[in-house]
Amino acid sequence: MSGSALGNWRGLYTLFGKEVRRFMKVPVQTLLTPVVTSLLFLLVFGHALKEHVQVFAGVTYVAFLIPGLMMMAIIQNAFANSSSSLIQSKVNGSLTFVLVAPLSSLEMFLAYVGAAVVRGVLVGLGLYFAVLGVVQLPVFNLAAIVAFTLLASATLGAMGLIAAVWAMHFEQLSAFQNFIVIPLSFLSGVFYSIHTLPPFWHEVSRWNPFFYMIDGFRYGFFGQSDVPPSLSLAVCAVFFAAVSALSIALLRSGYKIRH
Amino acid sequence: MTFAVEINTLRKHYGNVHALQGVDFSIEPGEFFGLLGPNGAGKSTLINIMAGLARASSGTVRIFGHDVVDGYRAARTALGVVPQELVYDAFFTVREVLRLQSGYFGRGRANEAWIDELLEILSLTDKADTNMQALSGGMKRRVLIAQALVHKPEVLVLDEPTAGVDTELRKALWEFTRRLHREGCAIMLTTHYLEEAEALCDRIAILDHGKLAALDSKQKLLSRHPYRLLSLTLADPSKALPEALLPLVKTRDGAQLTLRLHRLEDQIGGILEALRGAGHEIMDLSTQDAGLEEVFMEITSMHAASRTA
Repeated sequence: MSGSALGNWRGLYTLFGKEVRRFMKVPVQTLLTPVVTSLLFLLVFGHALKEHVQVFAGVTYVAFLIPGLMMMAIIQNAFANSSSSLIQSKVNGSLTFVLVAPLSSLEMFLAYVGAAVVRGVLVGLGLYFAVLGVVQLPVFNLAAIVAFTLLASATLGAMGLIAAVWAMHFEQLSAFQNFIVIPLSFLSGVFYSIHTLPPFWHEVSRWNPFFYMIDGFRYGFFGQSDVPPSLSLAVCAVFFAAVSALSIALLRSGYKIRH
Repeated sequence: MTFAVEINTLRKHYGNVHALQGVDFSIEPGEFFGLLGPNGAGKSTLINIMAGLARASSGTVRIFGHDVVDGYRAARTALGVVPQELVYDAFFTVREVLRLQSGYFGRGRANEAWIDELLEILSLTDKADTNMQALSGGMKRRVLIAQALVHKPEVLVLDEPTAGVDTELRKALWEFTRRLHREGCAIMLTTHYLEEAEALCDRIAILDHGKLAALDSKQKLLSRHPYRLLSLTLADPSKALPEALLPLVKTRDGAQLTLRLHRLEDQIGGILEALRGAGHEIMDLSTQDAGLEEVFMEITSMHAASRTA
């Protein structure tokens, strides 16, 4: 084991495995519920708005909606995984066991974010398979689908860490989730193409990083998008790098976790 | 010589509160060291800095020569900490918790035999597959000790490990701690039960308001206290005591009388004669040298007096 940022590989893998097992122990809450919630959105919005919302040429509204709902579920569950695990262990004191271990801040980051990615991917896949019998989604560019899935879930996993490090109790974390993550994910083009929005809201949407995650992800299925996929990829990559850097810096500084 | 623990001019403040005000001491390999102090003395802050759970404002802590900040991997690997609070992860069983802790320290399947041994030693084998949430407080305490030892540290820190523990478990824990000490583990113990520190520790530091009030071998610390206690059972508790003995009375409860005698100035023979002279018949008597509790009380009260002077 060296003194570098990455050296305790077994420690990293153990923490990652623990985080995955943690959510796998309550699969109804962590996997099934988000899939069912997304299906309800699909049922309600798919029927209510299908005549009113103009989307990509040759793409039905229900088909358009599914990648958006998948990405929204991925985003929200990746965030929920890292944030709820860290805040729970912080509040009940069991984070001590991780903090006294010879794990670097980068190793902690990778373990928590890795588990968040796994949960995000499982929820996304769950929804994909749940609607498979109803709607056959095309796959235009699998690499784009995979890249945006990984970038978005890792970004939200890192954001979850930031929120949980900052929050001192569940109420603060809930505020972060309800006033930042959920509004940004709802207002990111899940239910519509931003081209249908008035110019002001169209411009506002372009400042929402979640929009690029969904737009790029949707491109992977339909080969059509509101902005060029390369731009979405670049924005997502930069946003991921920035959020990750902040998250690792917070863990390294011990802010609100090493007193 | 490389010390097991080396603490240099350690300071920690939280805003205007100075939890540690320049603490210096070291612990030798294999030593059983007691860290005593009243509530709020800074003991837990010091332990938290050693374990990486808190950051020092200034000063250094080294575990077997490894700085707890710059060489945190080696320092933490050499250290096992049993926290004061009964903290646990409710998602996992006892065995899972131990495997996880072992893994965090980079240990794999080869450590499984040691996990089994720890479960056996701490009488946890039949609870190995029980969820942490379902354990009693005493059992959770045992798991905390097993977690601290799962990576075979060379230094074990016990932060009030017997707080709220029943007598039987306390005895078992001390027996186990003595065994670890015999096997070469350096142990740092904080406890409110001073008789435990007296029975177990080679050297003792007394921390008070973030400063070292005393640091010495147990024998020297005890010899600092020039008093002993004389306990008497009097036949007639209603009779008055001689005037000259009243300043020496520590406690009087019916027929039971305890006097605090200065080793050099108060002779037991003279005391007994004075009592007999006042018409007292003595049914029983025993003497007791001053314990750590008396030393502790005296040092912390002297320290308080010097702060207010």
